[in-house]
Amino acid sequence: MLAFVLRRAGATLLLLLALSLLVFGLLYLAPGDVARNLLGTRNVTPEALAQIRARYHLDDPFLQQYWRWLTHAVTGDFGTSIRTGRPIGPLMLEKTGITAATAGLAFLLSVLVGVPAGIATAVRRGRWLDRVLVTVSVVGVSAPGFAIGLLLLYVFALGLGWFPIYGTGEGFLDSLWHLALPAVALALGLGAFVVKLTRAAVIRELDQDYVTFARGRGLSEGATLRIVLRNAAIPIVTSLGLMVAYLFGGTVLIEVTFALPGLGSLMEESVLFKDIPVVQALTLAVAFVVSAAAFLVDLSYLLIDPRVRARAVRR
Amino acid sequence: MTSDGSAAAGDGPMAAVDGSTAAMVAAPMLAVRDLRVASASGTIVAGLDLTVAPGETVAIVGESGSGKSMTVKALTGLLPEGVRATGRMELPGRAELAQGSSGLSGRAGLVEGRSGQAGRAAPTEEPAGPSEPTGRSRHAGSSGHVGSSGHVGSSGHVGSSGHVGSSGHAGSSGHAGPFGHAGPAGRSGREIDLAAQGTIWRDVRGSRIALLLQDPFTSLSPVHRCGEQIGWAISGRGRAERVARLLAEVGLPADVAEKYPFQLSGGMRQRVAIAAGLAADPDLLIADEPTTALDVTTQHEVLELIAGLQRERDMGLILITHDLRLARSRADRIMVMYAGRLVEEGPTALVMDAPAHPYTARLAACDPPITHRLPVLPTIPGSVPQPSSVGAECAFAARCAFAVDACRMAEPALAEVAEGHRAACLRPETAGLPVDVPPSPAETVPPPPAVAVPLPPAATVSSSPAETVPSSPAETVSPSPEHSGRGREAAASLFHAGEDQGIPASPLLSVEGLAKTFPGSAVPALDGVDLTIAAGETVAVVGESGSGKTTLARCVVGLERADTGRIDFHGTATGARRVQIVFQDPYSALNPGLTVGTSLAEALRAAGRPKSEVGELLELVGLPAAYARRRPRALSGGERQRVAIARALAPRADLLVCDESVSALDVSVQAQVLNLLADLRRRLGLTLLFITHDLAVARQIADRVYVMHHGRVVETGPVDSVLGAPAHEYTQRLLASIPAAD
Repeated sequence: MLAFVLRRAGATLLLLLALSLLVFGLLYLAPGDVARNLLGTRNVTPEALAQIRARYHLDDPFLQQYWRWLTHAVTGDFGTSIRTGRPIGPLMLEKTGITAATAGLAFLLSVLVGVPAGIATAVRRGRWLDRVLVTVSVVGVSAPGFAIGLLLLYVFALGLGWFPIYGTGEGFLDSLWHLALPAVALALGLGAFVVKLTRAAVIRELDQDYVTFARGRGLSEGATLRIVLRNAAIPIVTSLGLMVAYLFGGTVLIEVTFALPGLGSLMEESVLFKDIPVVQALTLAVAFVVSAAAFLVDLSYLLIDPRVRARAVRR
Repeated sequence: MTSDGSAAAGDGPMAAVDGSTAAMVAAPMLAVRDLRVASASGTIVAGLDLTVAPGETVAIVGESGSGKSMTVKALTGLLPEGVRATGRMELPGRAELAQGSSGLSGRAGLVEGRSGQAGRAAPTEEPAGPSEPTGRSRHAGSSGHVGSSGHVGSSGHVGSSGHVGSSGHAGSSGHAGPFGHAGPAGRSGREIDLAAQGTIWRDVRGSRIALLLQDPFTSLSPVHRCGEQIGWAISGRGRAERVARLLAEVGLPADVAEKYPFQLSGGMRQRVAIAAGLAADPDLLIADEPTTALDVTTQHEVLELIAGLQRERDMGLILITHDLRLARSRADRIMVMYAGRLVEEGPTALVMDAPAHPYTARLAACDPPITHRLPVLPTIPGSVPQPSSVGAECAFAARCAFAVDACRMAEPALAEVAEGHRAACLRPETAGLPVDVPPSPAETVPPPPAVAVPLPPAATVSSSPAETVPSSPAETVSPSPEHSGRGREAAASLFHAGEDQGIPASPLLSVEGLAKTFPGSAVPALDGVDLTIAAGETVAVVGESGSGKTTLARCVVGLERADTGRIDFHGTATGARRVQIVFQDPYSALNPGLTVGTSLAEALRAAGRPKSEVGELLELVGLPAAYARRRPRALSGGERQRVAIARALAPRADLLVCDESVSALDVSVQAQVLNLLADLRRRLGLTLLFITHDLAVARQIADRVYVMHHGRVVETGPVDSVLGAPAHEYTQRLLASIPAAD
């Protein structure tokens, strides 16, 4: 069991290492001279270029540069931002809170609403509630988050005035109030996914023999549904893990739409300004979160599925 | 609440008549009247009556599409979405039953009396009183015989064939159902409208009727512990003790409660499922093919277990099965269904030994015997029609050798042919006629006279004359189907003569010391297997699941790689022309998105043969060339398997491996496919490696047989000597597990 966890952790670390190599390679993959790229949009003078080359050790071998960058990155030192000239670590840290809050809220909303809705549609397959929710979720999946965000802003902030148009608020409740619309905009698309995935997973389990057998020996519908959910949890949790990646893509657009000073906005600005060290740091951070989520999903199998547990023990 | 209660007095006289024999058999605990199941696309079950007495086993026998599974789903309110049932089901309480069987109830006496002579509670229904008019119109035809059987003493219809005329009599009597005084209260008797949905079934399922499913691998939740699953149906305190007691009752150690289903063998899982089914103490257990997914030896144990539990609990049992042999060995009464209709029912001995419907007789004949090889297996031409496509005619008429015009004019009603034995046939006497009267020349060929077998010119065996050499296919091929019996017999006799010679000469394939252990598995799948197949020979590998027989086949085909050992092809062919495989499940073996023609053309192209041969291939396996345009879903299981065989034949491979290729098919279709394989073997000189768990099938198709157990070959030799006089203990055990065919 422990060996399984360690092996998974090791695999995750390896994956992160490979990703970091790619991320560091971004610097070289970007078109043009590396030193020029590192200067961003500033004026290019030979002195500046030479200075940059020296500061970033650009004349060292690639792997040596990578190693230096990685060892610093591990300690939270991602270098300095080209655009702001500030160290990247603290810059990211101060913006993480808002993104984590928005994304976390959206994730919670989509799971807390999406999973029950998916179960409800699966149980009432083919009836009106199912049709309505499925239609809504198709709209939710296909409508881009920023468009929904604009719509929400227009209706609830501008029109009805129930929510603030921008800003992050202070204190817990105020922050919640400020982040509600962005989180909802983000959660709609996500939640629609959750509904569809949950529905498919539960329907597949409902069609299994063990459900017929459970009913056939007199178990109530509620008891039967509990059995089904335990079995359906495996695909649902898997897809929730995958959605974490989707969540970050969505956050960028939502934060820009709602003018939230989070990591998404930082990403957008950094890309626009070709602030490559920041883009590198952000990409690595996202990769870390996504890998960690995948790792947690793997671990959750141990809890949910005794077959995985048995295999983990046997190996 | 039943409306019959008011008419209770009406059956007084009959109780007097029948009560005299009331002593021995209990009243039915389940009586179903006029069960009909239909979906949007038409009828699935077209009217069925059914009774089961405590302790009685009723087998419902039928091929796929007969409606037997839908029948039991209807009885438990578990029909799939879009499928509706009508009819009524009466479930008397235990108390009332006890009352009835102690002779206090005249009505119970009536039922007992009727079945007394047959030793079973035979007739399936009581016509309802006039106060219950619903759903009775179509019922009139069938209620006739019921009336006559219910009035055995007075109506004098016994033994006569024209029962239908007495229907008016039944309708007028208006006596009560067997549980006419069933009260509305929950735990006492109740009558259920089968069309009902929702909560009403909560009182029925579990405590009254429990449904046991076919596949123990899927009928338990994979992520819950067995004890937990058994305990779900138990409420209140003492759950753990009850689970332990149930486990002991099904012969499992107590620690199974802590195990997950995947940690148990198939037989143990089915025992857990039985324990779970019994947890709510049902009066009636419905077992839907409970052993079909299990190994032969396990089948036997599970059936014994069910029988024992049934005795102890005085529980009724409805056994759904496709296997007449199993029904014969286990059931008190047999009901034979065909295309959604009940075609015959009666005490097991009567139905099996003196069938009154030609379908029953033909179905029984299709079952391959284990004791000897038939030159050609009897089959039933054609296939089971959709229940909804059958009009006002006998559903079996199109496939019946004895059908007359009258059979096609109206659907025959069930009529009594003997006490408690009824058949829906206008000519029940024909069922006893020899079944191998050829309906068409191609289907069954009488054994031809012995003909000198052409000997292979290159016979090179030292000791005995050329007869001992396996007939090299090219020489013994009889191109026309008229000779179908001969080549087989010749081959069989050749191997008879040669059985002392050991392995025949000129092997096409030899396997030596093959071993394989799957990663993560503690025991080897193959543990030093040696096997030889001569050109033109059919070799069967028999064994239970886990014996390694399928791994062996997959290694031979190249789908698995053995850890050690050699597989040598001695033929000249290479690639696809060496070996081809036909899988078990024809439903998943064909790409559903491709037409049959495309699938076959693909296989032909892979072998470098022209697409134009598709029609030829189809005709080779007995399908019309026009089938090339169809998609697999438009074909029946047997037709699909024929297509799969055609695809395997496309490269004209030297060796054809059949991995349980007839196991998923109905008996009559299985016989057709076995005949086809035998015929192809003769015509094309095929060499077959036939993997099967079914010893009877091996007996019919193989020249030699290898018995595998735990990855080893435990016995090998000519099929007659291995199956006729098994030397190894395991082979003997396998043979002993097969339900007696008598």
